[in-house]
Amino acid sequence: MLTLTFLLSGTLLAATPLLIAALGELVVEKSGILNLSIEGMMAFGAVIGFIVVTKTDGYWLAIAVGGLAGSALSVVFGAVVLVTLGNQVATGIAVGILGLGLSALIGQPFESSTVAPMAKVAIPVLSQLPIVGRGLFNHPAIVYLAPVLAFAIWFMLMKTKVGLIIRAVGESPESAHAIGYNVNAVRFAAILFGGFLAGVAGAFISIASTTLWANGLIAGRGWIVVALVVFATWRSGRIVIGAYLFGAATIGELLVQSFGIAIPSQLLTSIPFIATIVAIVLLSMDGRSIRLNAPVSLGRVYQVTQ
Amino acid sequence: MKASSDATISSSDRDQEAPLLELVGVTKAFPAVLANDDVSLRIQPGEIRAILGENGAGKSTLVKIIYGVLVPDAGEIRWRGEKVAIRNPAHARALGIGMVFQHFSLFETLTVAENISLATAQSPAELEPAIVEFGDRFGLPVEPRALVHSLSVGERQRVEIIRCLLQDPRLIIMDEPTSVLPPSGIPPLFETIRKLTEQGRAVLFISHKLEEIRSLCHQATVMRGGKVIASVDPAKETNESLAHLMIGRDIPHPEREAATPAENAAMAVRGLTYTPPDPFGTILRDISLSLHPGEIVGIAGVSGNGQRELAAVLSGETMLPSSRRDQVVIDGNACGDIDSGKRRSLGLAFVPEERNGRGAVPEMDLTKNALLTAHSFGLTKRGFIQRPAARAFAERCIAEMDVRCGGWDAEARSLSGGNLQKYIIGREIRLQPQILIASQPTWGVDVGAAAAIRQQLVDLRDGGVAILVISEELEELLEIADRLHVLFRGHLSPSIERARANTTLIGDFMTGGFLAADQAPGTASL
Repeated sequence: MLTLTFLLSGTLLAATPLLIAALGELVVEKSGILNLSIEGMMAFGAVIGFIVVTKTDGYWLAIAVGGLAGSALSVVFGAVVLVTLGNQVATGIAVGILGLGLSALIGQPFESSTVAPMAKVAIPVLSQLPIVGRGLFNHPAIVYLAPVLAFAIWFMLMKTKVGLIIRAVGESPESAHAIGYNVNAVRFAAILFGGFLAGVAGAFISIASTTLWANGLIAGRGWIVVALVVFATWRSGRIVIGAYLFGAATIGELLVQSFGIAIPSQLLTSIPFIATIVAIVLLSMDGRSIRLNAPVSLGRVYQVTQ
Repeated sequence: MKASSDATISSSDRDQEAPLLELVGVTKAFPAVLANDDVSLRIQPGEIRAILGENGAGKSTLVKIIYGVLVPDAGEIRWRGEKVAIRNPAHARALGIGMVFQHFSLFETLTVAENISLATAQSPAELEPAIVEFGDRFGLPVEPRALVHSLSVGERQRVEIIRCLLQDPRLIIMDEPTSVLPPSGIPPLFETIRKLTEQGRAVLFISHKLEEIRSLCHQATVMRGGKVIASVDPAKETNESLAHLMIGRDIPHPEREAATPAENAAMAVRGLTYTPPDPFGTILRDISLSLHPGEIVGIAGVSGNGQRELAAVLSGETMLPSSRRDQVVIDGNACGDIDSGKRRSLGLAFVPEERNGRGAVPEMDLTKNALLTAHSFGLTKRGFIQRPAARAFAERCIAEMDVRCGGWDAEARSLSGGNLQKYIIGREIRLQPQILIASQPTWGVDVGAAAAIRQQLVDLRDGGVAILVISEELEELLEIADRLHVLFRGHLSPSIERARANTTLIGDFMTGGFLAADQAPGTASL
């Protein structure tokens, strides 16, 4: 049953970056900002992380620097959206393209080179279980940390004052301002945090899952992340489920190919995207859940009045 | 009635003490208008002070200055005897000035405790007992864990008041607090306000409702055109004398004769049941209504009881499935499934509650806004806009309704709410409708203009138009409607003839008194 082991292991590896980046985007969107530049931020984090590993062999350093690279790019996004009040959709797409372009440029000398994969941490006992053990419990530590992060972000958003403020700002920036909160500061912090996690997710892909750098490495995963947050109707628990489902869908493609089933590869590659569309359509029918969890001011330009 | 209070201040002590808040010569000018002109004011601890004035008299500018939202151009503010410059609302709150907003600043998807927690240092869990305790002490019962969107407007106001109280303010500003309440909700609010002042807190009560000011306030400061016109003891005044001070002349009452409605209904609703797609909307339940040429039918009720949904179904913004098309009938034809444009071509005109975004496009100028509904009145020719005709149409609306604006090319959003409303009503009246549906026609419109709009509606009625007015202002409906219905939680009350209509009966209906026992809600909350 090597196939099952491969399937489980592949699902976790594919799902982890989706989950991490989506949690970042969740926080950003909860504050009322729609950041569509995830794809570019992931690519930027990926190439920077890859270079750090190539030069220093420091994997955790690469993850951290990749995250900071994502934050750096999100500063541009935040400045345009919050200070000059740019349209969030257009700015997000533009900054995303900027990120993709920058990573292609910086990554040029490293094109198609590889690194050794990030060290795996085999969990004692569990990793010895037959079949599932090697599939589920023999991975880089980040794979295990991602669901912990999901719980932490759920706790932060729903149980702490900081989370309450983020949700309040996302629902009504006018009211939040009226009772004395600095709306732009909260949103800027959320954008930096989201950029950081997108960068971490990108670095994870280049140094832990594909272990190579090639232009176009992210291949639309940033867009799946954006869809995932909507798909999950802005709830962290559903983001976890969604990320693993999409991870499985990505792997399912490889699996079907390995069985030699004659389906055009283009169709298979599009499975995660088709699944995204179907999932969004199905979930959009639950109006109540959306009204309760969707940040009301999402994507709307807010200008401080005085 | 008195709370166990050691700091109770009787009214005789009040005059000797140093004033809590003192304004001296406060002036604030905006580009087009002098909003506050040399305003001076003293508020004593324990006092309930009314600020009375029409829209545009400068009340809200004054309140914004006191609450730190605006900075005055000249003049001095003294708080507890010391000169202060109130920089922002947070500073005002730190000084001890709290505000209960007219349009609530609550977050709908958060719980009561979470909402209050945002304005204080405590966590939602820590606040729960305090919320219950304040609720008991001041007559403001509310469930701390309830989500705000599930609360009635009265309950939301209680949350606002509790949120304000938890910051322990010395002065509480209340901006038109009764405008969102049904008549039965007003006495408990007044009881709460009186309890608040027992411990030396002062309340600044902003209103244009004379009756309320006379029964509640110790002092009334009357403003007109940015100036303080008078400071009077409202208990010694009559409604007429206060109104005269407020608008500088007597309020005109529309001249009306008894209605002579035609026999056949111009528009009818039969057994309409409708569930809106918005899960927080109100479900309309078995509504039947008929509207005859030559009468004004009023729909009373606190908003949020299905007014928005009913107006949308009548105007055609919401279309019913064709299987239920005969639930809305215009001139004998089933119309439930046709869109608003087709209904307009059948002679229906509609003045929606939201001026910006429904009644007018804020970014477009007044001429283009006229074209939106009046295009078929000679403003277009073979599909092309006839600019001079459109401009003339807009200019006539502006002149006839006395709209204060920059002219036919002024953007709709540059007009004040009241002036835009006058323009929209003027536009709809010029369409020579057979049926006119008007939602909150005089909301935010000053007293004189409101009287003019009401007179226009009565004149239209006399010309044989069937008119439906949906309004929260009960006095307005009692003044112009020939008969009334009340909307409560999606149920429509039986028709009340003008002669039988009075505030007691309607107030009872507004809390569901017309429903049979099996339909009535278990706990009637306001």
